[in-house]
Amino acid sequence: MEPATKTETLDIEGMTCASCASFVEKSLSRTPGVQRAMVNFATEKATVDYVPTQASPATLKEAVINAGYGVVERAPDTSAAERSAEIDRQKALAYQKLKRRFWVAVGLALIIMPLSMLMLWPAMMARVNMQWLNYALLLLTLPVLLYSGREFYVSAWNGFKHRAANMDTLIAVGTGAAFLYSLAATVVPGFFTSRGLMPEVYYDTTATIIALILLGKVLELRAKTQTSAAMRSLIGLQAKTARVVRPDGAEVDVPIEQVQLGDLVVVRPGEKVATDGLITEGSSALDEAMLTGESLPVQKQVGDPVFGATLNKTGSFRFRVTKVGSDTMLSQIVKLVEDAQGSRAPIQRLADKVSAIFVPTVVVIAILTFVIWFDLAPAGTRLPLALVNFVAVLIIACPCALGLATPTAIMVSTGKGAEHGVLVRNAEALEKAYQVNTVLLDKTGTITKGEPAVTDFWTLPGQEAAQLLPVVAAVERQSEHPLAEAVVRHADAQGAASLTATGFRAVEGKGAAATVNGQAVLIGNRRLLADESVSLAPSLITQAEQLLSQAKTVLYIAVAGQAVGLVGVADTVRDTSAAAIKKLQALGIEVVMMTGDNTETAAQVAGQVGITRFFAEVLPQDKAGKVKELQGEGRTVAMVGDGINDAPALAQADIGLAIGSGTDVAMEAAGITLMRSDLNGVVTAIELSRQTIRTIKQNLFFAFIYNTLGIPVAAGLLYPFFGILLSPMLAAGAMALSSVSVLTNSLRLRSFDNH
Amino acid sequence: MDTPAILVTVGGLALAGFVLWYFFFSARQTASAVSSSGGVQEVAITVKGGYSPDVIEVERGKPVQLSFYRDEENSCSEELLMPDFSIRRDLPAFKTTLVELLPQQAGKFEFTCGMGMLRGSLVVK
Repeated sequence: MEPATKTETLDIEGMTCASCASFVEKSLSRTPGVQRAMVNFATEKATVDYVPTQASPATLKEAVINAGYGVVERAPDTSAAERSAEIDRQKALAYQKLKRRFWVAVGLALIIMPLSMLMLWPAMMARVNMQWLNYALLLLTLPVLLYSGREFYVSAWNGFKHRAANMDTLIAVGTGAAFLYSLAATVVPGFFTSRGLMPEVYYDTTATIIALILLGKVLELRAKTQTSAAMRSLIGLQAKTARVVRPDGAEVDVPIEQVQLGDLVVVRPGEKVATDGLITEGSSALDEAMLTGESLPVQKQVGDPVFGATLNKTGSFRFRVTKVGSDTMLSQIVKLVEDAQGSRAPIQRLADKVSAIFVPTVVVIAILTFVIWFDLAPAGTRLPLALVNFVAVLIIACPCALGLATPTAIMVSTGKGAEHGVLVRNAEALEKAYQVNTVLLDKTGTITKGEPAVTDFWTLPGQEAAQLLPVVAAVERQSEHPLAEAVVRHADAQGAASLTATGFRAVEGKGAAATVNGQAVLIGNRRLLADESVSLAPSLITQAEQLLSQAKTVLYIAVAGQAVGLVGVADTVRDTSAAAIKKLQALGIEVVMMTGDNTETAAQVAGQVGITRFFAEVLPQDKAGKVKELQGEGRTVAMVGDGINDAPALAQADIGLAIGSGTDVAMEAAGITLMRSDLNGVVTAIELSRQTIRTIKQNLFFAFIYNTLGIPVAAGLLYPFFGILLSPMLAAGAMALSSVSVLTNSLRLRSFDNH
Repeated sequence: MDTPAILVTVGGLALAGFVLWYFFFSARQTASAVSSSGGVQEVAITVKGGYSPDVIEVERGKPVQLSFYRDEENSCSEELLMPDFSIRRDLPAFKTTLVELLPQQAGKFEFTCGMGMLRGSLVVK
């Protein structure tokens, strides 16, 4: 028996040409114990099968080095699931810590506040030693500052060293100023009284600001974890193990990482499909909703592809693994969503520019506020007034609301989109989809199924359709022609009996012949019957012409030398098309159809689904031109297509939507990929983009208005007119709520549902 | 205007001027990428209240590997965004996170924290 081999992947360094790769390959192959070595120059990886008793990763590495190249040691490649688990763990820990800091701040602030208010009560003030009270307040405030608020100061300092200023800078400077002033008033009150000032303290302000800001952070963190919930659940879909069939027939559960291309995997009812592959045995209905958003289970049989993370509902089957790891459909969806979440929407540009200069600008405004108050206020109160307004300006300013406005909405909506089988390439695509006012549909494969189906089964009077169908199906079952497959599907759907055909023979370009129940059966075009000298009854010819006028393909059936019936085959309109087009029109979008068919057929299909404008007889190479034509009318065009020859049109359109099991080429050119193969995905994509951009606009509007109104009010702009000053504590409350409101607004997108 | 008011005014304006100069106009720390023997341009970046170095020069057309070490727990820096390369990463605290990209075009590409407060730029030559 051959000893078991292990597979090792090495990252090779220093290969400059393809011949280097073959050199490394040779060197590895000559190493004792190596059974097979393959070096890929493009990916700079070597895959080596070796016998563990004779070779090891170390000897393999040595062989590469001896050949004059290097092996790159990489950090163990952790899967997306592991990475996200580690990050989640850290985030949970940080959340716990934050909550502790918050409660300490709240607890102490609840004691500090009433104690500070004692001073407002003259009878009490006379009995209490002010100096002692201030020291007591100082002692209570210190933990708030040094424990609860420590992070603000550390972060502000770290930022300062990098010439960067963030939200923490504002809080640190604001609370720091209030605290230092109070500290001076506590320790050297004489300095104040000698200048005719009351040695007032602001410990309550300091503690309350910190408590409120922390409250904001707690709420923010809680909301933020929800923005990526959809993404996490996507990653969580990945199966952990697969039941692999060994060459000896034994079924073994192995971790998903060890599953290799070509492995045979067993899936039983109720189990998750481990990875992507092709069914080799058995059949079943699979729930693919998690990948495509299609809620109905999909029937699959031998030869059909299955995808990792989908759920097997009814039968058992075996499949041959065709994709593992990052090549699987699920991984690609995760990658696409991840990329989209990292992209930046053009709408955000202004907010970006503002937030880049925001904090230093606010600091400057606060300093000027201080100076102006100090210069203009009455001498006795100018210092406390200048200080209070200085602090209020720093605290009320909220760069977070600006920074969170767009990305949180994009994160929620791209995740939500994936749930509905709508994969958005980037934020810009979402923004483009929002502007669309015209949708151009390529007929085949979008409005229609893109595959022929039997629409008519007509027999001459005196013939029983129910008896003829099994006979025809028996012949067609042996044919591989797409039209024959359509007939077989039709027969299966009708529950026709299964008969046996013998002597099958395919007639190139004409049809097929075989013997069923001892009778010669012909099925094919008119030429086939003419060749076999079968005459056609006039009523049959009339019927055939009628079918042809409906742009259907006609198959003629002859049994025992007699023409007995007709089959009409056509690309059928999807059940969902008409309703989806109506929904698009209800959204105020003009739907235009484009097809290679003649005008008559095009008009017929268009009428069937409620489209009034269409382009007929469009050659594949002219599709992009039609998009341009519409754009020339001043329209923002979304192009929906499925095939390779749509790629230029998809790229030409303002936004391209590739539909259903779209080819890779189309997906590359498309801004949005629809996993579900019907037009409802287009409706979902457009509705989602509209809601998302609306949310972003609300967020940005709120963030800008909040800051542009809040900062002047905090600076005391209303004071000369109305005598209104903003307490720094109120400012802290407003600031805590502002970023949470933006987040909450973005999270409303989670309830998006287009049904 | 009395003496303290004059002092506060002059001091305040000077301080405001300093803030503007310090955050917007002072020189930044720049680093050029070191090419490994494999042709990958490698740069190590420490994340602590900002990115150091925060201006990174790389060559066009060669793969770049940025290793971000987040040396703090402060939540400000927990996310890294490189919008021009469609990259959004969570940076775990006290861990190194590798970011790989291939700059195809010359230019200055910003990277920021999740809220755009911390900033750095990748200069592709």
